[in-house]
Amino acid sequence: MLQAIAFYLMAATTVLGGLFVVTARNPVHSVLWLILSFFSAAGLFVLMGAEFLAMLLVVVYVGAVAVLFLFVVMMLDVDFVRLREGYAQYLPIGGVVAIILLVEMIMVSFAVADGGAAAGKAPVAATVDTSNAEAIGRVLYTDYVYFFQAAGIVLLIAMIGAIVLTLRHKPHVRRQNIHQQVTRRRKDAMTVVTPATGEGISE
Amino acid sequence: MTIGLAHYLTVAAILFTIGVFGIFVNRKNVIIILMSIELILLSVNINLVAFSTHLNEVSGQILAMFVLTVAAAEAAVGLAILVTFFRNRGDIAVDDASVMKG
Repeated sequence: MLQAIAFYLMAATTVLGGLFVVTARNPVHSVLWLILSFFSAAGLFVLMGAEFLAMLLVVVYVGAVAVLFLFVVMMLDVDFVRLREGYAQYLPIGGVVAIILLVEMIMVSFAVADGGAAAGKAPVAATVDTSNAEAIGRVLYTDYVYFFQAAGIVLLIAMIGAIVLTLRHKPHVRRQNIHQQVTRRRKDAMTVVTPATGEGISE
Repeated sequence: MTIGLAHYLTVAAILFTIGVFGIFVNRKNVIIILMSIELILLSVNINLVAFSTHLNEVSGQILAMFVLTVAAAEAAVGLAILVTFFRNRGDIAVDDASVMKG
């Protein structure tokens, strides 16, 4: 009973948050609703027994992705009212497509839940002796270790791509040129002169 | 009243639909479109985790982790493109985005 209440509470919050993400007038509000939606989805994960994924969702999505969105939305000085043009125009067709999609997917969901491989099974949080994180770790670092490395490379490439795209060199800023510094020799930098007495140095 | 697999799948279906709907109605606002994509990926994750826990097979959660990785990478690169586009154009309307080609 308590589980049902928790499920409906968090499911409703997730769905409402998602709905407000796409309908909010102000994109900053959209990002905040997105954070709420992710947070309650993490609660659903906990309810299913996937605690590690839930914490990952909070850390990665709420902590990194949503804050990144927030930064970008606040940094860009955009007239968001103009961007909402066509909202009412696309609302009917979007609604019709959405409802058809929803009905189809819910029907498939119930068919799978009733007759598929998982029919009538309760969620298994973890076996008695291993926690969820340990179960994931045992499989992730053995069977899926190459995929794990590939995921790391994906993140590295994304990081490099984001830096390359947004980094710009301002023309009047003096920057350190390490190659020039290291290859500099004494004869390029200094000369020894012995000036005659009373004459000083003239080039 | 027990909460079964169908309940979680329904939540994921609703969330997926909201994501698609968001892309439909916010066609000009790239930021909202990116957020809608995040919602869609979240619904995929809910599906994966639901099946994973109900079948007692942990590899579904690992796949969900990889989906999370790709979603984070996609958000970073998408927002970087958005920032660059804004610098060049002073606006983020998607219907002008075809000027990016070539």
